[in-house]
Amino acid sequence: MTNTSPRHNAFSQKHLLGIADLNPVEIVELLDRAETMVKVSRQQKKAKHTLAGRTQINLFFENSTRTQSSFEIAGKRLGADVLNMAVSTSSVKKGETLIDTATTLNAMQPDVIVVRHASSGAVKLLSQKVGCSVVNAGDGTHEHPTQALLDALTIRRHKGRLNGLTVAICGDIANSRVARSNLMLLNAMNARTRVIAPRTMLPTGIEHLAAEVFTDMEEGLKDADVVMMLRIQRERAAGQQIPSVREFYRFYGLDERKLAFAKPDAIVMHPGPMNRGVEIDPAIADCDRSVITEQVEMGVAVRMAVLEALLANDEVQA
Amino acid sequence: MSNQLVIKNARIIDPASNTDMHGSILIKNGKFAKIIEGEIELPEGATVHDAQGRIIAPGLVDLRVFTGEPGREYRETLKTASNAAAAGGVTSALIMPDTNPVLDDAALIDFVARRARDTAEINFYPAAAISKGLEGQDIAEFGLLKEAGAKAFTDGRNSIQNPALLKTAFTYAQNFDMPIIHHVSDANLTGSGVMNAGLLATGLGLKGIPHIAETIPLDRDVQLAEATGVRYHAAQISCAKSAEIIARAKKHSKRISAGISINNLCLNENDIGDYRTFFKLAPPLRSEDERQAMIAALVDGTIDVIHSAHDPQDMEGKRRPFAEAVDGAVGLETMLSAALRLVHEEQIDLISLLRTMSTNPADLLGIDAGRIQKGAPADFIEIDLDYPWVVSENDLKSRSQNTAFEGARFSGKVTATFVSGTKIYELADA
Repeated sequence: MTNTSPRHNAFSQKHLLGIADLNPVEIVELLDRAETMVKVSRQQKKAKHTLAGRTQINLFFENSTRTQSSFEIAGKRLGADVLNMAVSTSSVKKGETLIDTATTLNAMQPDVIVVRHASSGAVKLLSQKVGCSVVNAGDGTHEHPTQALLDALTIRRHKGRLNGLTVAICGDIANSRVARSNLMLLNAMNARTRVIAPRTMLPTGIEHLAAEVFTDMEEGLKDADVVMMLRIQRERAAGQQIPSVREFYRFYGLDERKLAFAKPDAIVMHPGPMNRGVEIDPAIADCDRSVITEQVEMGVAVRMAVLEALLANDEVQA
Repeated sequence: MSNQLVIKNARIIDPASNTDMHGSILIKNGKFAKIIEGEIELPEGATVHDAQGRIIAPGLVDLRVFTGEPGREYRETLKTASNAAAAGGVTSALIMPDTNPVLDDAALIDFVARRARDTAEINFYPAAAISKGLEGQDIAEFGLLKEAGAKAFTDGRNSIQNPALLKTAFTYAQNFDMPIIHHVSDANLTGSGVMNAGLLATGLGLKGIPHIAETIPLDRDVQLAEATGVRYHAAQISCAKSAEIIARAKKHSKRISAGISINNLCLNENDIGDYRTFFKLAPPLRSEDERQAMIAALVDGTIDVIHSAHDPQDMEGKRRPFAEAVDGAVGLETMLSAALRLVHEEQIDLISLLRTMSTNPADLLGIDAGRIQKGAPADFIEIDLDYPWVVSENDLKSRSQNTAFEGARFSGKVTATFVSGTKIYELADA
């Protein structure tokens, strides 16, 4: 028995394109596996060799230093050879289509491609054109599954469970892939989901995706166990969805007064990067109820778990 | 002794409770304390006002009043507007945001509210801009403006052309449970038009404004209002087709209403005569048939509110060739007398008319006004239904004299105006 064999057999997916494709058993499997990765990451020698000799390509069509670094570290800790494709300087700039890029990369025989793209559905399209596993690192306003998993792991470590918890997601729900993935995951795990936003930031049909919808933040935060803030895209929102960031902060920014409506032991989360003073009071971001930096740590663990689960599964099939 | 006032020998008309009776009213500390049929027992030390059988009705609530404060005080200040309003029986007015600077910021709403409190005797409620700078580009800070005291959102004289912006504004106003009041006018269809499109305009050689310049954006607004659920008030409609659109919308929604300018109810395009610029208005005066259709729409309840469209303009703006002259007329002092023409002509009953100028607009703004009811602020007027008078611009209390009723002979006038139980106006020879 080597350390390359999977601990579980529950996970049989080839790709991780979205939370929508996962069942609760698979979610728990990934969270449990991630839990062991937290221990690995906290060791002085963080090397695990389960992915030794495997090739991981990070293909980011949208800039994201954090997420790309997180996937890079995750792959390296598992022993994989990680390559970051700098798309902004690549052939994509020269007019190559997404499918041509996929075909070209596929010819290099990678084992997994981690993709972020500004268009919803682009990652799925790419996955259909390559032979290896594909991980969605965020596609448009559709899904960001590893973010939802790392959020779930963070919550579970603090609250011991997901089932029955009241989780309030606040901010630009309409344009957030983080909100979509989180709602699907939390609903699958029987958490009580709430969204809080001005009506201009609520997408059509949101009442079918969240258990409760609020436009008043104080009402929406009442007795919440978890408060999850979203990043406001200032340049996109101001003047269109909201009149100004100062008005947004007044009614939907998380400050001490509003947070007082949540449970006394409620934790505060944010996917980052934060706009301090826009969606969150700097004092709240740094207070002891904030688990924002822990989310970053869990991000590496969850991504290690996802990469290992996908590729280990690959080996079993082979 | 507390501050008590008794109104005796009055014909009390309260449209809110459908009351029309001969009776007396006791007012304590600025609020209605007792309203009864017949005589009232006089409390010791009370002041008595004998109405001499005249009508006592709620003070009028005017949803469309432009002033020049801040920025164009030479046209009108809050103080002069208040004097004109008092003489016309208007005790509450919604101030349009078309000032300089535009009322699109919480600090300005606060400023106007404080200036009104310090200098005016009637109740002024500021309306805030829908779009920043009234430019029709970005929505203003509805939440902060509401907190500062704005009672509604409107772009005043301006009409927003972009339906996507309107959708955002309606959705966002609904978020804060605030009404949108919108003047509908399609900029492209209006083009360089200056009066109602028709034979008269053709004869005068003036470019016409077609009905569709109003009905197409109105139809758009109504669809957006239905889709967003916002409390929507079409500021002023002027033609039969618009009334049809509103009547149809009202079958599905109680949150859609419409107003009309007193000018479009009492005047028509023929008044323009020989290029008289005091009749250059927005919306333009329409044909007599359309005016009659508007009266019918008022009677059947399609139109909810009559406003004065009080718009003070200096002589420089009006003494120009018709096409170059500015729009607008003052109206606070003449609105009620002009409207009473419809009562004298038996086109509408008095209580229904008063409802459109008091209870309905008060309810739209959600303010405690427009009714004679125990506990409500004692804002009321005394009306002599048959008082004969002739409008003379020199007698107007407004700082600007651009009236569309110069020389008009009216029967009926406000003879006294009270705000919170205090008399702020009394007709000298009444």
